Amino acid sequence: MPLILASDLKTHYKTRDGLLRSVDGVDLVVERGETVGLVGESGCGKSTLGKTLLRLVDPTEGRIEFKGEDITTLDQGRLRNVRKSIQMIFQDPFASLNPRHTIGEILEAPLIVHKAGNRPARRRTVAGIIAKVGLPADAINRYPHEFSGGQRQRIGIARALLLNPDLIVCDEPVSALDLSIQAQILNLLVEMKKEFGLSYLFISHDLSVVRYFCDRVLVMYLGRIVESADNETLWSDPRHPYTRALMAAVPDPSRPRQAAPLGGDLPSPSNIPSGCRFHTRCPLATQLCRVADPEFRSIKPGHQVACHVADQTN
Amino acid sequence: MTSLLLQVENLTIGFPRAEPVRNLSFEVRAGETLAIVGESGSGKSLTALALMQLLPRAAAVISGRIIFDDRDLLGLDAREMRHLRGRDIAMIFQEPMTSLNPVMSIGRQIGEVLKAHEKLSGRAARERAIELLKLVRIPAAEKRVDDYPHQLSGGMRQRVMIAMAVACRPKLLIADEPTTALDVTIQAQVLDLLDTLRRELQMAVVLITHDLGVVAQWADRVVVMYAGRKVEQALPGELFNDPLHPYTRGLLSASPRLKHDFHYLEGPLTEISGSIVSAAGEVGCPFRPRCCQARASCGHQVPPLIAQTPDRLVACPFTSSLKAVPDAAHLSL
Amino acid sequence: MSTTDFGAFPAVTGGAYAAPATSEQATAPERPAWSNVKAPDARSQPTAAVAFTNGRRALKVFLANPNALFGTAFLALVIAVALLAPVLYPDDPLSMVGKPFLWPGQDPTFPLGTDSLGRDVLAGILHGSRISLFVGLMATALSLTFGVFVGAIAGYFAGWVDDLLVRLIEIFQTLPSFVLLVVLVAIVQPSATTVTLAIAVISWPTVARLTRAEFRTIREKDFVMAARSLGFGHGRIIFREILPNALPPIIVTSSVMVATAILMESALSFMGLGDPNVVSWGSMIGTGRELVRTAWYLTALPGLAIVFTVLALNLIGDGLNDALNPRFTQDR
Repeated sequence: MPLILASDLKTHYKTRDGLLRSVDGVDLVVERGETVGLVGESGCGKSTLGKTLLRLVDPTEGRIEFKGEDITTLDQGRLRNVRKSIQMIFQDPFASLNPRHTIGEILEAPLIVHKAGNRPARRRTVAGIIAKVGLPADAINRYPHEFSGGQRQRIGIARALLLNPDLIVCDEPVSALDLSIQAQILNLLVEMKKEFGLSYLFISHDLSVVRYFCDRVLVMYLGRIVESADNETLWSDPRHPYTRALMAAVPDPSRPRQAAPLGGDLPSPSNIPSGCRFHTRCPLATQLCRVADPEFRSIKPGHQVACHVADQTN
Repeated sequence: MTSLLLQVENLTIGFPRAEPVRNLSFEVRAGETLAIVGESGSGKSLTALALMQLLPRAAAVISGRIIFDDRDLLGLDAREMRHLRGRDIAMIFQEPMTSLNPVMSIGRQIGEVLKAHEKLSGRAARERAIELLKLVRIPAAEKRVDDYPHQLSGGMRQRVMIAMAVACRPKLLIADEPTTALDVTIQAQVLDLLDTLRRELQMAVVLITHDLGVVAQWADRVVVMYAGRKVEQALPGELFNDPLHPYTRGLLSASPRLKHDFHYLEGPLTEISGSIVSAAGEVGCPFRPRCCQARASCGHQVPPLIAQTPDRLVACPFTSSLKAVPDAAHLSL
Repeated sequence: MSTTDFGAFPAVTGGAYAAPATSEQATAPERPAWSNVKAPDARSQPTAAVAFTNGRRALKVFLANPNALFGTAFLALVIAVALLAPVLYPDDPLSMVGKPFLWPGQDPTFPLGTDSLGRDVLAGILHGSRISLFVGLMATALSLTFGVFVGAIAGYFAGWVDDLLVRLIEIFQTLPSFVLLVVLVAIVQPSATTVTLAIAVISWPTVARLTRAEFRTIREKDFVMAARSLGFGHGRIIFREILPNALPPIIVTSSVMVATAILMESALSFMGLGDPNVVSWGSMIGTGRELVRTAWYLTALPGLAIVFTVLALNLIGDGLNDALNPRFTQDR
C-alpha cells in the first residue's frame, strides 16, 4: 500500500481572469521511505499540488488516499489525526514562523494541540528536537527574528518532525537560502529521513538539488505531470522535451554556453493551450500535438511520459 | 589590452554601526562582463548602489575612489551625477515588478528615460520606445508599447527594464541579480539578451549574482566577495577548475551538481559550517570562523590579496597547502 | 534556479575540497574541518535585521519622538486631572458657587472664571475631562472588541461568512454616522452609558474593516499555513497566531478612535443630546455658545481642552504608527 496516493487530482481556482487550473489531473504515488522530487517552473502548480495533498487547499476533483484511507473529503476534526502524519516544510523561513512567538512556544503548540504529554514532557520533547536539528538549547526563549535563514529553516524542520510524521512535503526548503547554507539543510534532511524513516515529497525548481536529493522525480508543467522516472533514468535518459529543456537551461561550467533552449513564457494556467499543453514552446511539436492531449504512458517500467514524440527523441 | 572604463579603489562603505563593504578594489574594462559573486550579506548589492551613488540614506562611502571615464564619481555633485545616471551608467534590478511604475504604460516609462536625457517630442519618444522594445526582442512591440507592467510576464518585465536601461546607450550597465526572480528557462533567455546587447551596444556589464552557474557561462572575469571583501578574482575557467580561496573551494564542493552523479545515498554533501554573520566583528580574515584550514595567524590581520597572475588574486596565504587535500575525501566519510 | 550547478569540473568533481580524511590531519586545522559536524551556526549569531517590530525597539522609537512624548504627557495630565477632579472639587460642578460672568483671573477663587449662572469654569473643565475620557475610552474599547471580533471572523473564514459580515459592515457604513448617532441618542435616555454605546455602534465598522483586511493578508502567510498543517483549531489560529500580528495597525487606529469618540461626545453635548446631569466639555461649549461675543472664554476654554486632548491622542497615534510600522523602524 502506498503511503500517499492521488488520482486525477484537480485544484481549480475561480479568479477574475477565469478558471485557474493550477493542478489539472495529477496522479501521484509516494511509497514509504521514498523521496520523490517534484520539479517545474514557478506557476506550474507544484506548490498548490503539495498543499492540496495536505488538504490545506481543497481539491476540485479527484481522490487522495493516505495509508489506504480516503482523506479527500474528511472534515477538519477527523483530518486532525491525519495532519499529525503529513507535515510540511516551507520555502521562506522568514514567513513560516510566527514572529510574535518564541521558538519554545512555536514548537510546544503542536504538542498542546495534539495533547501529547504534560508540560514537563512537552518541554523535554522540544528540547530534544532542538538539539536534534542542531540548534542551541537557549533557542527556546528566543524569537524567530534572532535567527539566520538557515537556522530558521532548522526550526521549521524541527516543527515538522515534532509529531512523528510519515510524510513531509518540503516546499522549496533550500531555495531561499544561501549556497553555503543549502548543503547544511539538505544533509540535515537526509539524516532525519534515515533516523525517522521519513518519506519526502520534495518540491523544487532546482534540478541539481533534486538530482542529489531524490529517489524518483516528477516533472510538472502547467498543472500536469509530464514525466516520471527514477532519479538515475531521468538524468541519463530524459524523454520529455520539457525535461530536456529544463536540464539544458541550467548553466553548466563544464560545457560551452548554448542558446536558450526554450523560447517564450509559461502560458497562464487560466488559459491552457489545447492539445499537448507544452506544444506552444516545444521544439518538436507536430500537428498531432496541437490537437491531441498526450496520455501519460509507460515507455518502460518505472518511466512514464506524456508526449506524442517521446519515443523519437533519442 | 582594452581600456579601463571603471576603476574602484579601496572602496569602503559604512553604516553607522557596520562596514558592509571594506577596502574593495576592482576594475571594469570597456566592453567586458565582470561578475561580482557572493551570498547575501557579502556587500555586492551595496557596491552596485555605490557605483550609481544611490546608497540608502544611512549608508555612506567612507573612503576610496570610483573612477569612471577618468572622473571620480565621488567628487561629482548631485546634478552631474544625475546627468550621468541613466545616460552613461545604467542599472537593472532583481525584481522587475517593483522596479516598474504600475500605473504607467511601458512605452511611456521608456519615453520618460529618454526625455530625461535628451529633448524629444512625445511622438519621437514613442517611436524610440518601440525601437527599444524590438531591440530587447519583445514580440509585437508596436502593440506591447501601450501595455502596463502587470500585463507582462516576469521575463518580459525584465526585458522592459533592460530596454529602459540601455535607452541612452550607456557605457556601463550594472545588473543586480537580474534573473534571480526568474525561472531557469527564462533566465537563459534574459542573460543571452544581455550578452547580445553588450556586444551590439559595446557596453560593459557588471553582473551581480549569487549564482555560480551564471558566472561560469556569462562572465569574462569574476570577483568573489565574502563579508564585504574581495577574497578571490579569476577568469571563470580558472575559478571552476582551480578555486584557490577556502571559501570558493567550499562553495564549489558544497553544491550538488547536475552532471555529477552524487546521490544522498552515497554520502552527505560537504558543508561550510556556520553562516556569514559570524564574520561580524572579526579582526583577521573574515572567513576564519568558518574556515576548516584556519590557523592562529589568520586572526591577526586581514590577509592581503596575493596576485598569482595579474588577473588572478586570492586573499589567503595558505592556498598551496590547501591543494594537498585529497580528492574524493567525502566518499570516505 | 540552479544556484548550484557546477558540472564535471575535474577539481570539483569527487569533492576535491572535501573533508580531510583521517590521515590528512597534517595541515592541523584548529577546528574540525568541513566535515559534517552539525554546523553550530546558532552559537555566535547576532540578530538578522528583519521587519519585526519587537516591543522594546518600538518603545525606543516611540520615546525618541518628541511629538508622541508631548501627546503622552498631555494625555497623562488629562487622566490625572480626571482622577483628581473629585478630590480637588468635591462639589457638584453644576452648582452655582459665585457671581456670574467672572473673567479668568478676576477672582482668585475661580481662576478660570464663572459662567452665566455663576458655575466654576475650572471645576467644569476638570469634571468634564472625566466624562470625555470615560466616553472616549469605553466607546473605543467596545467598538474594538466587537469590531475586531467581526473583522477577524470575516477575514479568517472568508466565503459566505465573509460576504454576510461585509454586508453588515456596509449597512452601517452607508448610513451617515453622525445622523445615526443623533437618532440613537434621541431614541434612548441620554446618559453617559447610552452615549458611549451609541458611539460604539457607529464606530465598530471601521475597526472591523481594518481587522478583516489584516486577517486576509496574514491568513495567507506561511506560518498560518503551518499552523493549519499541524492541525490547530480555528480559535487557536485566530487568537494566538493571527491576532498578535494584526494588532499594530489596530492599536494605532484605536488612539485616533478615542479622539473621535471624544469629539462625538462633545458634539452631542453641544447639541444638548448629552447626559444632562453631568458637565462635559461639549455641554460647556453649548451653554457658552450664545455668549460667545461677550464672554468668549466660556467656549474657548473647554474648546481648548478638547483641541489639546484630541491633538494629544492624534500625536500618540502618529507616534505609535511610526513605532509599530516596520517600514519606519528599520533603522538598519
